[in-house]
Amino acid sequence: MPTNNGCGLCKVCVSHLSVVRGNETILNDISFNINCGELTAIIGINGAGKTTLLRAMLGEIKHEGNVSFEGHDGLVLSKITIGYVPQQFSFDKSSPVRVSDFLTASRTNRPVSFFGSNSSKYNVHESLKQAGSAELAGKMLGDLSGGELQRVMLAQALYPVPELLILDEPLSGVDHAGCEQFYDSIENLRKNYHMPVIMVSHDLQLVNQYADKTLLINRDLLFQGKTSHVFASRQFEQTFKSGGFKL
Amino acid sequence: MNTIYMFLETFFPFDIIQYDFMKKALLGIIMITPLLGMLGTMAVNNKMAFFSDALGHSAFTGIALGVLFGVKNDLISMIAFAVLLALIITRVKSSKAASADTVIGVFSSTSIALGLVVLSIGGRFSSYSQYLIGDILSITSTDILVLFICLIAVTIIWGLIYNKLLIISVNEDLAKSRGINSMLIENIFVVLVALVVILSIKWIGILLINSLLILPAASARNISKSSRQYMVLSVLIALVCGIAGLITSFYINTSAGATIVLYCSCVYLITYIMRNKK
Repeated sequence: MPTNNGCGLCKVCVSHLSVVRGNETILNDISFNINCGELTAIIGINGAGKTTLLRAMLGEIKHEGNVSFEGHDGLVLSKITIGYVPQQFSFDKSSPVRVSDFLTASRTNRPVSFFGSNSSKYNVHESLKQAGSAELAGKMLGDLSGGELQRVMLAQALYPVPELLILDEPLSGVDHAGCEQFYDSIENLRKNYHMPVIMVSHDLQLVNQYADKTLLINRDLLFQGKTSHVFASRQFEQTFKSGGFKL
Repeated sequence: MNTIYMFLETFFPFDIIQYDFMKKALLGIIMITPLLGMLGTMAVNNKMAFFSDALGHSAFTGIALGVLFGVKNDLISMIAFAVLLALIITRVKSSKAASADTVIGVFSSTSIALGLVVLSIGGRFSSYSQYLIGDILSITSTDILVLFICLIAVTIIWGLIYNKLLIISVNEDLAKSRGINSMLIENIFVVLVALVVILSIKWIGILLINSLLILPAASARNISKSSRQYMVLSVLIALVCGIAGLITSFYINTSAGATIVLYCSCVYLITYIMRNKK
């Protein structure tokens, strides 16, 4: 396991993480590290526990084992800022919410219904620019395409500046051009901020193209390592051969 | 009070404003309608039209329980029961054991039936039928004061929770990841709705209170382009329809609540056409 820490911001260590719901073991003894500036993909079949793993890392569901965050000096940080980009979701498209309203509302308690939203405040404009979507500020949330909405969700996750970025299948159902724009923004963030990124994805082609490291899980951690190694592994072939995946 | 009355006389150049009951009614409407317009925006966003209807109906059981337990002020028993019902419905809804529609339907019909049974014991129901259509002209200075305090308190709490409610209404998972306690915020919201609905029922009536919560917001939504526009328009529509409805009802001698709602319906129709023309 490589432990060198490029920017020295932090390292995420997940050790012996298990999730049990009722009598069912959803995740069993998962351990891995994520280094700064790396994009780590989590892949696996439906029901493998990928989203559950993210939820456990976010601290939203009960789990055994430990998720810890290490600073560059080796000290354990008790809490870090995590940015979270949810799966494509459905919401009420006719609701009159502008992108800037939504982002402002997620950053301050000053009610946007009374005071409106102002893109120059609360880093709204900067975040949108970082997510490659500066032009979307005045649009209505319901008028966005799938790819645009996910870039807005990315912008949402960038304030306060996260020390770890978690993406939960951000692009299922988004067209190819939309995907590329999204990943370009992620690449920029990784390069400029050395942000560690962890992402669940079904799109193996995109994982192969962008992820440094990959975790293949099916309740257990089947294989982890460099993406090319994982894709060449026997476990990978066994998991995805029925899908007929070709690179 | 006299200063306010003078103020009203200057601003509303109708001869009916010289009657004290009309001044009070007007003040009542000026307190109630912005509240309903404000809370309505989120009630419509979260598709809660049926929910607030059920809250209105629960007033019957609230009154009935007040009679049974000898509570003098029926407002207290109504509010207590409506708040309880709102919290229970929200709880059952979030457990996702049954569809929200079904859950609300069950509670709504049960609370009407229970209320009617208790209130009709010995054929006394007619003395409660005033609650069905309400009577804004019977409002007293104390009632206005209560509404005013409620307006201030609800507006402050609303301001504090609005952004969180907005995030929850877009995506609950996202709200959770940002550390928002969505259960708490939703509970605060439904308690506010319960409080405002019950406080207005005596003046607007059980049958119509829900329309006054939903119609202004639904109209504003048709033509709004931002969160602020949405709320400002909703409050303005509620206020203007409220005042127009009250004055009209005096001249043509009709129920004030119903006349106000008819104005709201017209505004809804107009905004609906405006939206579809775009």
